Amino acid sequence: MLSRRIIPCLDVREGRTTKGIKFKNNVDIGDPVEMAKLYYEQGADEIVFYDITASHEKRDIMIDVVRRVAETIFIPFSVGGGIRTVDDMRAVLLAGAEKVSVNSAAVKNPEIIRQGAEAFGNQCVVLGMDVKQVEVSETIPSGYEIVINGGRKHMGMDAVQWALKAQELGAGEICLNSIDADGMKTGYEVNLTRLISETVDIPVIASGGAGEPEHLREVLTDGKADAALIASMVHYGDYTVPGIKEYLHNAGVKVRNRW
Amino acid sequence: MIAIIDYEAGNLTSVERAIRSLGRDCVVTSDAQTIRDAERVIFPGVGQAGSAMASLARTELSAVIHDVYASGRPFMGICLGTQIILSHSQEYDTPCLGLLEGEVKAFPLKMTDTDGSLLKIPHMGWNRIHQVSDHPILEGITEEDEFYFVHSYYPAPVQREHVLAECTYGFTFPVMLGHKNLVSSQFHPEKSGKAGLKILDNFCRWQPC
Repeated sequence: MLSRRIIPCLDVREGRTTKGIKFKNNVDIGDPVEMAKLYYEQGADEIVFYDITASHEKRDIMIDVVRRVAETIFIPFSVGGGIRTVDDMRAVLLAGAEKVSVNSAAVKNPEIIRQGAEAFGNQCVVLGMDVKQVEVSETIPSGYEIVINGGRKHMGMDAVQWALKAQELGAGEICLNSIDADGMKTGYEVNLTRLISETVDIPVIASGGAGEPEHLREVLTDGKADAALIASMVHYGDYTVPGIKEYLHNAGVKVRNRW
Repeated sequence: MIAIIDYEAGNLTSVERAIRSLGRDCVVTSDAQTIRDAERVIFPGVGQAGSAMASLARTELSAVIHDVYASGRPFMGICLGTQIILSHSQEYDTPCLGLLEGEVKAFPLKMTDTDGSLLKIPHMGWNRIHQVSDHPILEGITEEDEFYFVHSYYPAPVQREHVLAECTYGFTFPVMLGHKNLVSSQFHPEKSGKAGLKILDNFCRWQPC
């Protein structure tokens, strides 16, 4: 039986994490390689890096981060943010990432999913989806719409239909982010997660809204997610990866508990 | 020196980095002589059996692999490398190397979990393994350790004694094989944290008799 995966997510800008780990003693680690190492040693099952570097010229800094991370941790990790072409994907994978995620670039040009899957295998291509709840309509029958630019731009695409299409194009996994829940710390969007997870055959990573371990239990059981992304709840020292895993284990959720 | 065979089958740098992290010297190569001269050989790979076999045949590396196996030097297959050492793969009906007799089979469709929920394919993520026989490659590994898998096909050797470990996902199937100087794993030890590194370290120390 597979373990449910717990995946810390690090936002990186110009080679530094935007939210360092702030421990109770106020020590702030802003180096993504050091943070990845810490989470690796604490039993994270995978790590996601999100590159929010604005300019194309600074992409090389991220590639260097990926290379150093790959020398340091021996679990899968993925890189997303600013991936627009198959060449962008190749650069990240050759530097040592296991997977690469595409989000708005795939919304604008779905063929990038197929091209990536054909070049590197489906398992390397993760579709990132930003989703917002809207009124049910003919265009959005599920009531969940795809958005980009941090939720500011509505794309007129139904989330369920987009997930199915991405799977057909060759996406190996979906990272599903609820824009409504993101940053609220009130729990993942369980209904949306279950809806997508029951629709597609590929694994679904739930993202957005985690504030306490119970939120992970909810989305990994009721929400049928295969994995859960966490960020601030561990970055700020409120919870730790082993602590969350212990909670889940005691609640009957299978997690990897030896590392 | 450990040779990691490069036959255009995916990202090999992660195996190289993992071996180097153990303080071992290694080289990623497709050069026949370098592979023949190596102390130990690793045969990694992600991707699909057909194109991997085509690539091996094109570069004559399949003959080199047969020679390494016959020479008695430690040889390890990883992921796709545990599949194409068998005789045949159901993936695009591909004839394989045949170091061990057996078939690479696709997971059955619509497998269900113990609670009745549908299991996704590929089998992707962390899972435990069950040791079937005692082997130096498994030294220090417990039933609690988990390993990272990504695969839609699994190895089914004819000889039961070629199975070192199994895994359960819908049903129980072989995930580690071994015979003479050959060992192999369906999971990725280079991506399986400390337990995976332990297996690679065991391989680096292994002296097959």
